[in-house]
Amino acid sequence: MSTAVTKKLMLFFPRCECEKPIIYHLVKDHNLVVNVYRAKVTPEEEGYLVLDVTGTEEDIEKAMDFVKTFNVSINPTGKGVIRDEERCTHCGHCVTHCPTGALHIVDEATREVGYSEAKCIECLACIRVCPYGACTSAF
Amino acid sequence: MKTYEQINDRIESGRAVVLTADEIMDYVDKKGLTAAAEDVDVVTTATFGPMCSSGCVLNFGHSKPKIRISEAWIEDVLVYSGIAAVDVYLGATQLRHGDPANMYHPGEFRYGGGHVIEDLVAGKTLQLFALSYGTDCYPLRELRTYFTINDLNQAIMVNPRNCYQNYNVAINDSDRTIYTYMGTLEPYRKNANYCSAGQLSPLLNDPHYDVIGVGTKVWLAGAHGHVYAEGTQHAGVCERTPDGVPMEGAGTLALTADMKQMCPEFVRGVSLRGYGASLALGVGIPIPILNEEILKRTCIRDRDILAPVIDYSYHYPEKTGKILRYVSYEQLRSGQIEVEGRKVVVGSLSSYHKALEIAHLLADEIKRGDFRLAEPIAHLPKDIQMKSLVTKEKPS
Repeated sequence: MSTAVTKKLMLFFPRCECEKPIIYHLVKDHNLVVNVYRAKVTPEEEGYLVLDVTGTEEDIEKAMDFVKTFNVSINPTGKGVIRDEERCTHCGHCVTHCPTGALHIVDEATREVGYSEAKCIECLACIRVCPYGACTSAF
Repeated sequence: MKTYEQINDRIESGRAVVLTADEIMDYVDKKGLTAAAEDVDVVTTATFGPMCSSGCVLNFGHSKPKIRISEAWIEDVLVYSGIAAVDVYLGATQLRHGDPANMYHPGEFRYGGGHVIEDLVAGKTLQLFALSYGTDCYPLRELRTYFTINDLNQAIMVNPRNCYQNYNVAINDSDRTIYTYMGTLEPYRKNANYCSAGQLSPLLNDPHYDVIGVGTKVWLAGAHGHVYAEGTQHAGVCERTPDGVPMEGAGTLALTADMKQMCPEFVRGVSLRGYGASLALGVGIPIPILNEEILKRTCIRDRDILAPVIDYSYHYPEKTGKILRYVSYEQLRSGQIEVEGRKVVVGSLSSYHKALEIAHLLADEIKRGDFRLAEPIAHLPKDIQMKSLVTKEKPS
C-alpha cells in the first residue's frame, strides 16, 4: 500500500460550479482527508477554496481529475496569501501575530523575515497587521 | 585626534577606514580603543521605520493663466497651501479625502500622505486638483492636471522630527485589542512592540550630541541631505543610564533632502490599522571618529540600551508616567521579554534589516569617496526638557 501524502491546493470555482458538492466526493469517492483552511464559495459569484488533501498520490491524482471535470482550476501552490518580497521591509511586526511560525526570523543577525508557505493556515493576521501592505489575499 | 578636514581628505583619496555601528565593537575589542581611534575615520549609523513627522515642500511652477492655490489635493490627499502661490506642503499622516478613518473601527488607512510621497519618489504620475478664490494677478480659479516628480521645480523633504534617540516598548494591559501608532497590541499583554534600530541608531551612538548637530550631512533615503534643526520634542534632559544613554525618547532630528535624489525602496507609505497613515524612512548618519571618546560612544551594544515598557491602553493615553519595567534591546531582539513574571512575545515596527543595509550603503559611499562629511554649524541643545500642554482657562 502506498504511503499517504498531504498537498496544499487552491481551487478556483467559476461562477457556474458553486452548487455542486465537490468536496463531499473527494472524501466519499476518493478516500481523501480534507482540511479546509479558507473558503469563499457563494452562489452567483466566483469561488475560492484553500485546503489540504491527504491520501495516496494515486487517489489525489484521480481526485484532481474528477475536480477538473467541473471546470474548476487547481493551483497546486495553494497561494491564498501572497507575500510581496518587494514590499516587505523585514520589520518583523507580523512575526508575533503569525500563529504557526510561517512568518519567521530567518537570520538573528540581520533580522530578515522569511515565509514558509507550507506552514501558512491562511488566518490572515499578517494582512491585518502589516503596515506596508506586503501581505495580500487572493480572495 | 583627527579633524573633519583630515577625515574628508582621506575620504577623497579613497583611503578612509569606515565601519558600521554593528561592526565597530568587535574591531575595538580586537585593536584596543587608542589604536582603533587612530585607524577608523567614520562609523556609519542608520535606522528605518515609521516617522510620522515627515513631509515635503513641492513647487509646481505656474500654469497659464496663473493660479494662487488656496486649497489643493494630490491623489485626493489634502496638502497645505497657506504659503506662496504654487508651493504646497504634503504631510505624511494626511488622510485621503473621504477616508472613513475609524468610522468603521479599526480603519485600514490604505492610502494617505506617506503613500503619495512614496509614489512621488517612485516616479508615478499623480493627480493635482487645486482651487483658488482668484486675484487680479492670479485669475485661475480651478485646475486639474497630472504630474510626476520630474515636472516639479522642487520636491524637498522637510521633516520636523525624525530619528528618535530611543523609544517606548508598547504593551496592552486591557482586555481588548488596541490599535496604536505602535501597531496592533493584543489584550492581556499578549504581545509588545518596539521601534528603534538600537545599537545601529544614529543618536544612540552619539548620546550627548557631540558630533551630530545642525548642518551634519545625512543620508536620507539615498539622497544627501542634512540636519536643519533639532527635531520637534527634542529633549536632551531625560532619564539616562550611568553611561549617559537615554532611557526614553530624548533627542530628535529635523532632516531635509532633495526628493529627486531619493530611492523609493527607502521611502515607504505606512498603514497602521486603527491609527492612521504614515511614512517609513531610511536614514543613515556618519559619525566622524575625531577622538577616543567619540569612538567609545559608538561601541554601544544592544544589551547596554534600555527602553521603557509602557501600557498603551491606559497609562500612555492618560499620561500617568507609569513604566512597567526597562528592557534591553538585546532582550527585545530575542523576540521575548518578561513582564511581571510572564513571557511576552515582541515584534518591531522599525526594520533592523533595512537599517543594516543602509549603514552598509552609506559606508560604501564614503569609502568610494562619494560622501564627504560636513562639520555642524551649531550643536543640538543638551539642556532642554519636554514640556507638556497645560490647558488653561481664558486669562481675564
